[in-house]
Amino acid sequence: MAIIKKLKAVKIRQNHLLGIQDLSISEVSQILEESKTFINLNKSASKKIDLLRGKTQINLFFEPSTRTQSSFELAGKRLGADVMSMNIVNSAIKKGETLIDTAMTLNAMHPDIIVVRHQNSGAPNLLSQKVNCAVINAGDGRREHPTQALLDALTIINRRGKIEGLKIAICGDILHSRVARSNIYLMNMLGAEVNVVAPKTLLPHSIEKLGVKSFTDMKKGLDNCDIVMMLRLQNERMQGSFLPSQREYYEYFGLTPDKLEVAKKDALIMHPGPMNRGVEIDTNLADDINRSVIREQVELGVAVRMACLKLFCKKN
Amino acid sequence: MKEKYLINARIIDPKNQIDENGGLIINEKGLIKATGKKVNSSNIPSDAEKIDLKNKILIPGLVDMRVFVGEPGFEYKENFKTLSNAALSGGVTSVVSMPNTLPVIDNVSMVDFLKRRGRDKSRINIFPAASLTKNAEGKQMSEFGLLKKKGIIAFTDGIQTIQNPQLMSRIMNFASQSQSLIMQHAEDNILAKGGLINDGEISTRLGLQGIPALAEKIIVERDLSFLDEYFCRYHISQVSSEKTVSVIRKAKAEDKIFTAGVSINNLSLNENDIGDFKTFLKLSPPLRTENDRLSLIDGINDGSIDVIVSDHKPEDEESKRLTFEQAATGAAGVETLLPLALELFHNKSIKLEKLIASMTSNPAKILQLNKGSLDEGSDADLCVLDINKSWIVKKNLLKSKSKNTPIENRTLQGQVIKTFVKGEIVFQQD
Repeated sequence: MAIIKKLKAVKIRQNHLLGIQDLSISEVSQILEESKTFINLNKSASKKIDLLRGKTQINLFFEPSTRTQSSFELAGKRLGADVMSMNIVNSAIKKGETLIDTAMTLNAMHPDIIVVRHQNSGAPNLLSQKVNCAVINAGDGRREHPTQALLDALTIINRRGKIEGLKIAICGDILHSRVARSNIYLMNMLGAEVNVVAPKTLLPHSIEKLGVKSFTDMKKGLDNCDIVMMLRLQNERMQGSFLPSQREYYEYFGLTPDKLEVAKKDALIMHPGPMNRGVEIDTNLADDINRSVIREQVELGVAVRMACLKLFCKKN
Repeated sequence: MKEKYLINARIIDPKNQIDENGGLIINEKGLIKATGKKVNSSNIPSDAEKIDLKNKILIPGLVDMRVFVGEPGFEYKENFKTLSNAALSGGVTSVVSMPNTLPVIDNVSMVDFLKRRGRDKSRINIFPAASLTKNAEGKQMSEFGLLKKKGIIAFTDGIQTIQNPQLMSRIMNFASQSQSLIMQHAEDNILAKGGLINDGEISTRLGLQGIPALAEKIIVERDLSFLDEYFCRYHISQVSSEKTVSVIRKAKAEDKIFTAGVSINNLSLNENDIGDFKTFLKLSPPLRTENDRLSLIDGINDGSIDVIVSDHKPEDEESKRLTFEQAATGAAGVETLLPLALELFHNKSIKLEKLIASMTSNPAKILQLNKGSLDEGSDADLCVLDINKSWIVKKNLLKSKSKNTPIENRTLQGQVIKTFVKGEIVFQQD
């Protein structure tokens, strides 16, 4: 068993991690500090500790997910929890059971944590009202994806030391993106200046009221930025036509060396995945080890999720 | 039935522009015999029944133009008896029932069923609306003339909008022949597709797809354009946004003849009330911004909007205990219509007479009903009101079968004390 440094008394006010919007800056700091302690553990030979031994974690994913689900699964297992991932495709949901009934059924098995992803915004909130354990949001509709934003913050801090004062551009399908919303809240909270860059059809109503500047000209939006976060075009969420073609989108909103030139010389490229190479990002840029931190995001994701599981599980 | 003398009341009768202290006499047939200051305690015959209203307010029973009943098909949500009890406790004595039942009210045989059930099971006056199109599918127009002959007083697809412009123009053209009242629920389906709440900051924050105000404005503009060519009795069921109020105001200034309504929900709540995904506030049209709400109040005050409705849409708990996207649309509200509307009087948004007119004489006039006034000779459908009594809305105390009130725990000022239908006391506050 690896030994990790004990932190000061944990003070997380919330019982659940439903969104960045519900967190205070001290709670965010607590999660990020806690995450740092797990980074080295994850690189060591023996990755397993017994912090959550005897605890049960249920992963309830109503939407397909590769990295988030496996990341949460690994995080739970490395902390020593018993992790069960529900296979929704074969479950009662498909037979017409409501979310609340599913929740009540799982609740009867006394889990300590439920990690939920759902296609409807607000579903984790509803779930949290009905169960006795901690609920961690692994992405709901287009509302929030808090652990993604937290791992993005950790990645930036790891590279730049801080977030305060940085200029961050979030580019792409903002309308359908929960990652964009969670990152807007978090980066603003941590003192960054946030630009969003998207065609007008993919910008949500009143987005500026969330504390960002919006741009339709990518070069203006990337001007002097420290961080460029690219988002995937969420074709599966699009009803009807938002764009003429992927070709036209790439021309104006794809991240290319030419457009990146206006950002800071050492600007970092981030992407929550899965990437569409040649649609939103030039394939060479995505693999540029000097600029792209995409793989590091995935790596730190496990650490952030371990921290979240630990901190929120403790509440119960 | 003995003659009844209701005395010591403040009588408000917007149709006859009466606001004075006095009384009201109900004759043996349950009709209003006399009203006003001339009725006082000095001239009551010894064999008549005397009811002292102790300076409370006496108004005509309310006429609610938009109410959903569960019969037939959704009796578990609301039946005629529960609707009647709910309505009477809120001073509502007449309702227009929406045709979105199972089956849809779109043929003559259904009308007989409704009238019989309404008469046998309820004590309020039920005026059924029929659908504009067969099965409210927006394809084949209903038999306006035949249905009207059977007693249908208005036509609407209820929760649906006639999307096809050609069909709408033909409906307006044809229905004018039978002088049928056409009521449109104005929302462009394609613009509103997938939408759950008002398109704005709140929808962005909650990650819910928005319904733009334009979806309503476009249909209203389209229909008003048709009205120039195919004049008919046209009513916009519910207005929700400032944009639409502006269109209506302008059209009325140009002497176009039509009417419009608004839900008490849109007058009393806004999108911020949705809070943490409260499904009881998932409504159609959606709650919009505070600015929109204020513009609706202006619309009532300047006559752009004629009536206030409850848009009473009972939904059982199971239909609401879902994610916001999955949950049913609508709120129960017939019994809180008047008390909630009085909030607008107490906070000086709308004058009392105007407010009462919008729920009595104005809807009656649009529907061409001999209701909603204290005219001598009309049915004594009355509501007695304690305008200052404050109370807290608790869903378990509601009489409606479904408890999906959007104003749970709200303190209201003003309560219905007694309700009369055809001269008989049918509700009395304990």
